[in-house]
This record gives sequence, C-alpha cells and structure tokens, in this order.
Amino acid sequence: MSELKAKERMAIERHHMPEQDPNIRNRNFAEVNLGYTIELAIEEAERCLRCKKPLCVEGCPVSVKIPEFIQMIAEGKFQEAAEILKEDNALPAVCGRVCPQEEQCEAVCIYVKKGKPSVAIGYLERFAADWERENAKLREPKLAPRTGKKVAIVGGGPAGLSCAGDLIQMGHDVTVFEALHEIGGVLIYGIPEFRLPKEIVKAEVDALERLGVKFVTNYVIGLTETIDELKSKFDAIFIGVGAGLPYFLNIPGEHLNGVYSANEFLTRVNLMKAYDFPNHPTPIYDVKDKVVIVFGGGNTAMDAVRTALRLGAKKAMICYRRTEKEMPARIEEIKHAKEEGVEFKFLVAPLELIGDEQGNLKQVKLQLMELGEPDSSGRRRPVPIKDAIEIIDVDAVVVAIGNGSNPIISSTTPELIVNKWGNIIVDESNMKTNMKGVFAGGDIVTGGATVILAMGAGRTAAKAIDDYLKNPESW
Amino acid sequence: MNKIVEARFIGPEVKLFKIEAPKIAEKRKAGQFVILRVDENGERIPLTIANSDIENGTITIIVQGVGATTKKLNTLEAGDFVRDLVGPLGKASHIEKFGTAVSIGGGVGTAIAYPTARALKEAGNYVISIIGGRSRDYVILENEIKQVSDEVFPTTDDGSYGFHGFVTQKLQELLDNGRKIDFVLAIGPIPMMKAVADVTKPYNIKTVVSLNPIMVDGTGMCGGCRAYVGGKPVFVCVDGPEFDAHQVDFQILMQRNRMYNSFEKEAYEHYCKIYEMHDKELNKSL
Repeated sequence: MSELKAKERMAIERHHMPEQDPNIRNRNFAEVNLGYTIELAIEEAERCLRCKKPLCVEGCPVSVKIPEFIQMIAEGKFQEAAEILKEDNALPAVCGRVCPQEEQCEAVCIYVKKGKPSVAIGYLERFAADWERENAKLREPKLAPRTGKKVAIVGGGPAGLSCAGDLIQMGHDVTVFEALHEIGGVLIYGIPEFRLPKEIVKAEVDALERLGVKFVTNYVIGLTETIDELKSKFDAIFIGVGAGLPYFLNIPGEHLNGVYSANEFLTRVNLMKAYDFPNHPTPIYDVKDKVVIVFGGGNTAMDAVRTALRLGAKKAMICYRRTEKEMPARIEEIKHAKEEGVEFKFLVAPLELIGDEQGNLKQVKLQLMELGEPDSSGRRRPVPIKDAIEIIDVDAVVVAIGNGSNPIISSTTPELIVNKWGNIIVDESNMKTNMKGVFAGGDIVTGGATVILAMGAGRTAAKAIDDYLKNPESW
Repeated sequence: MNKIVEARFIGPEVKLFKIEAPKIAEKRKAGQFVILRVDENGERIPLTIANSDIENGTITIIVQGVGATTKKLNTLEAGDFVRDLVGPLGKASHIEKFGTAVSIGGGVGTAIAYPTARALKEAGNYVISIIGGRSRDYVILENEIKQVSDEVFPTTDDGSYGFHGFVTQKLQELLDNGRKIDFVLAIGPIPMMKAVADVTKPYNIKTVVSLNPIMVDGTGMCGGCRAYVGGKPVFVCVDGPEFDAHQVDFQILMQRNRMYNSFEKEAYEHYCKIYEMHDKELNKSL
C-alpha cells in the first residue's frame, strides 16, 4: 500500500474483532476472540496517524512504543512489530487479550478526541504477538552482557514475569519461585481459557525460559524458604505474590455446599481443568441445567459467570449492588457476557444464603437497593430500599468481590512493613520496600488490580533493581 | 518431580512413603502438611508430614487409599516419582510443656498425631498415646508411637487387639480413674474428633484437633478449606490445620467434606476402569 494521507487513514473504519458465535461459544471453552487476519491487521494499522507526540504510549503502563509497532504491521513486517513490542512488554500476547485498552492507550488515542473509535491497539498487539509465536523462527535474543548478579522473583504471575523479562535482558541472573505447580499466577488459575488460552501463557513463559529465566515451581516463599534466607543467596528480591486471599460476603449460609469464592471456582476449572472431569480428577459442583449466581461486577465476576454457562448452567446471573454504569468490568467482557446469555440483576445485595438439611445451597435472599448520594469513589452509593426483599432459587453461588492480601510472606518476614490490609508498603517510584534489596509490586502492593498494572510495577521494579545492583550503596 | 525412596504398606490400604524433598525435610515442623499431585493431570491433595529425615533429605507421608487419587498414589513403589510436592504448608503445632498430654490417633490419624506426640514428648510432657482402629490391622505405627510416649493404649472397635472399644472410651476410663490430663490432641475421622471434644469439654481440658477439609491450593488463595471455629470462618490451610476442638463446628466440617462424594465415586470408577484396561494391556503384552 502506498503512503496514505491522514484524511485517507481517518476514512478507514475500525475493524471489528472476529468472534465465535455467541450461541456456540457459550457452551465451549475455546477462545471467544479469533484474532485479526493479515489483511484486517494491515488495514487497521493503516488507521494509525503516527502522532508526533503519541499519547497512547503515555497511556500504557509499560510504555509500549505503540506507533512504531503499528507502523511495522502496516508495512507487513510482523516479526519486527513483535520485537518492538517485546522490548517493553514481556507478555504481549497476554496483554493484547486482557488489558483494558479502552481505559489506557486507546482512551487517549487521537481518534477518540475526534469523536471516532480509536485505533484497535490491543487487537494489533495481539496480532503481532500471535504472528510471531506461530510463524517466526527463533532468533538469538539480544541480551546485555551477563552481570553475574542474582535476582529472586517471588511469584510467577504478571508482575513477576514482567520483572523477570526486563532483568534477564539487562544481563542479570533471574530465578522465579512459584507456589503452584504451574507458572503464570492469575493468568493460569484465574483468567479462563476462553479469554486467554493457557497455551499462550505457556508460550510466553517458554520464551522467557529461552532467554535464561529459571523457574522453580512448588516453592512457597515464606514456608519452603523465607525472604531472609533468599537474601543470603540473591543480590536482590522482587515480591509479586498477588492478592490471593478471597473476600467472602460475611452473611449467613456461606458455609453451604455450592458456595464458592471466584478464586476457587476458577482455579478448579482453569488450573485443575475440572470441566474435563473425570479425566482430570478435580471435581467442581455440577451446575449442568442449574442456576448459578455470581456476586460482583468486575472482570473476575464476568469470568466466573461465563464459566458457569460453559459448564452447562441453564441460568447464569450476575448480581451487582450498583448499576451497569458502575460495574468495574471491561466493556468487552460485559458485552460478551450479554451476548452469551448471561443475565444481569442490578441494585441487589445478598442478605442470606439458604440451604436444605444436607447443607446444600437452595436459595438466596436479596435486598433490593437504590442509588443514593455519591460516595468517596464518586460513584453513587447503593442504599437498601426498606422491606424490599426478594428470594430466588439457586444451586451455586460464586463470590467475586475481590481479594485481600495473602499473609504467608508478611507473617514470616516480620521486618517487612505492610499496611493495615497487609499490603506491602513501597516507594512507588522504584518499588523499594523497607528492607534493603527487597522490592515489591503488583496486587500485593496495590490490592486487587489489573494484569497490566502489575506488569507495569514489575517493570518499574526491574529498572530500580538494575540501578541498585549497579550501585548497592545507593539504597 | 520427587522420587519415592521407600514405599510399604503398614496397614490395610495404608501405605508409608519416604519421598525425596530436602528443603521440606529441613523446614517442616510437627503439624504441617504438603500438597501432592501424583501425575500430570492429577488433583492436589493435602497430606500431613509424618516425619522427616534431614540427613537423607526425605519426608514421610502415610496415605490411606480411599479415593481415586490416594489409591493411585498407593500403587507407586520405591523408585517411582510423584509429579508435584509442595510444602511445608500450614502452621506448626503449638507445643509447650502442658504436663500430661494425651495424643489420640484414630486409624490413619495416628500417623498425623505421631509427629506432634513426638514434639510434645521432646518438650518435656508426660505423653499418653491412645491409638485406635477398627481391628488389629488398622492400628498403625505402634512401635513408633511407643518410642515417643510414656504409655500407649491401642484400642480396637472389635476387641481384636488392646482395649475393646473406641478411643473415647479409653480416654473416659483414664479420666474416671482420676488421671490428671492437661492437654489432649485428637486426630482421626471427624466423628471421632467430635466425640473426643465432647469427652474433654466438661473437664475443661485444652483439646486440639487437626482438620482435613477439601483443599485446592493450600496457600490461602481459594478459600475452599474454610471451616468455622468459634462461629467465625477460618482458612484451614493458612490459619490451621490445628484448632481448639471445643470451638470447631464439626457439623459444617462434615457437611463440606461431603460436597464431592458423588464425584469421588465417579472418579474412582473411572480410575478403576483405566486401571483394569491397563492391566489387560499389560497381561496381553506379557
């Protein structure tokens, strides 16, 4: 394609992501989004106006050189596009799928200012990363000379992997310790196959392994080995263990059989593959032709409710105490859920879970709410409507209202300073904790957030760790 | 992958394994557990660490074959490997010098009680062990228990060995005989632990039980192992596994442990089918 004028670029409409048909995909675990074809990707890439001061890069927590990689796609240089991505993002195939681009890079795209849909940056990122994984020949990675400095990464989730990816390229010796039997953290146990195929996570982890990152699974820092013990063997430590201690509703009946935290529900299905029982012997409550209610309005709630549909639920419903407008889930996830037949019930709060004599969940008692005055977050606070109670029949409930911080590291590392919620306190400009040589980032610092924010924290920490290793006296 | 260095049956369907796990052997304390996966697709099952050998870098676990996974595990022999082993998980037993401590193990619970009984003995307690089983074959680890106890009372439900009756009856007998007991540890089937709690409550004897609920990750991440102690929810994997027996809601514990009963049966039948097929293939090839 010859060089286009800005006007010609702007005349191109944003290209939709091809998807599996909603009525087919809601009964399978295969990926919903099918990815751009080469033609769609090149045309979409041509829309980018290549701004001199690209705001999208500022909107990206890991500062991906967005116009540059998109230009490579427009020129058909997909390998180069992927390489540009990987300079700033250790997991582009993951981010291209799960990042909330509409709140980040795409939110500030020049097109949006002009009242048009932004360039589909996320879809293009996914395209380049997938193309490379499927087509590219392995090249010798460009690594800085080895420094001989050793860094321990605690937790194999997005924060840790991003930190590891940067540090290995900077020439350091990197070992990632993971408590579970697979690397990936929330990417493996939390986000479902239909949104992020596990094979893609594995490919990104394999790529890091080829760069020289060492992975140790089944190793719980705090128990198998403490932070203090790691300190004697490593020059620096990054803690990225995630949030991972599920909140419950604290209402009567939460002990009933059929009541899950989202973490448990999703871990059984994603990590342990309970949908393939008994070939995979980990069971999950049988929700076939049954009613499943998920409490919560975030991405995890959407993941859980769409998983319930795929397990065969006849009715899968989100119950949220505010309205659709306040739901923290990504717009695309809500749209997908609706298309697939998920029902939404807004302005309801659970009061009680009711079971039978055997302790099996049977009903849920809901308090109907209305929106009142705005609260500290600026969102209108839901308030109960007097005497407005509804009881509905239900077979399984999934509680997806967030996570607190896991106590294993803080309780075994008394020196480490945490706040009253158990989140590690860091200097956000460099992710330094109060312990010399120990950095932290991701959900264990911020509380439950997104994959890309955790990855951004991992990057910030990697840069600071590099500085520290060059000059330990600078701490 | 962790190598099994020793494997032998010590009771009906009860098998002892020594498995290479140097780091866990070094770190573990009485009362802690591991999570194990037999093979690539396997489920994660919690097992209490019965013993460890720091010099040889092994831990001992004792497994009762009750479902698909444990029966599969019990087919493994020395030289085989388990796919995953992680630990030590949970909090260590709270050990202090109480005075006279009674350690009660029911069935395979004896294996779980053993390390704590030993720690109690090492802390200077006078240790009385009551080890129960359905019949003689189900009374396990008697020799090991003897070495860490001042007195040992085997009990059997059918009277085929030792005291004829339940462990609780033996405990009640000791109390009736005026023995001063300062601490009781009870580990075994839930009804047994509940019965022990009921016996000691009127005497106000501090009583601890080790809970074995359904778990997935074992690190506090999923909340599947939640139990109710003193009316409040706890995560057994990170807050336990040992709790004050007089505070535990055994009813809920039993109800939650029943959650997957029908699945366990199906998984077991599935496993048997595969195993039979495997056996037939093997016979054909021989």
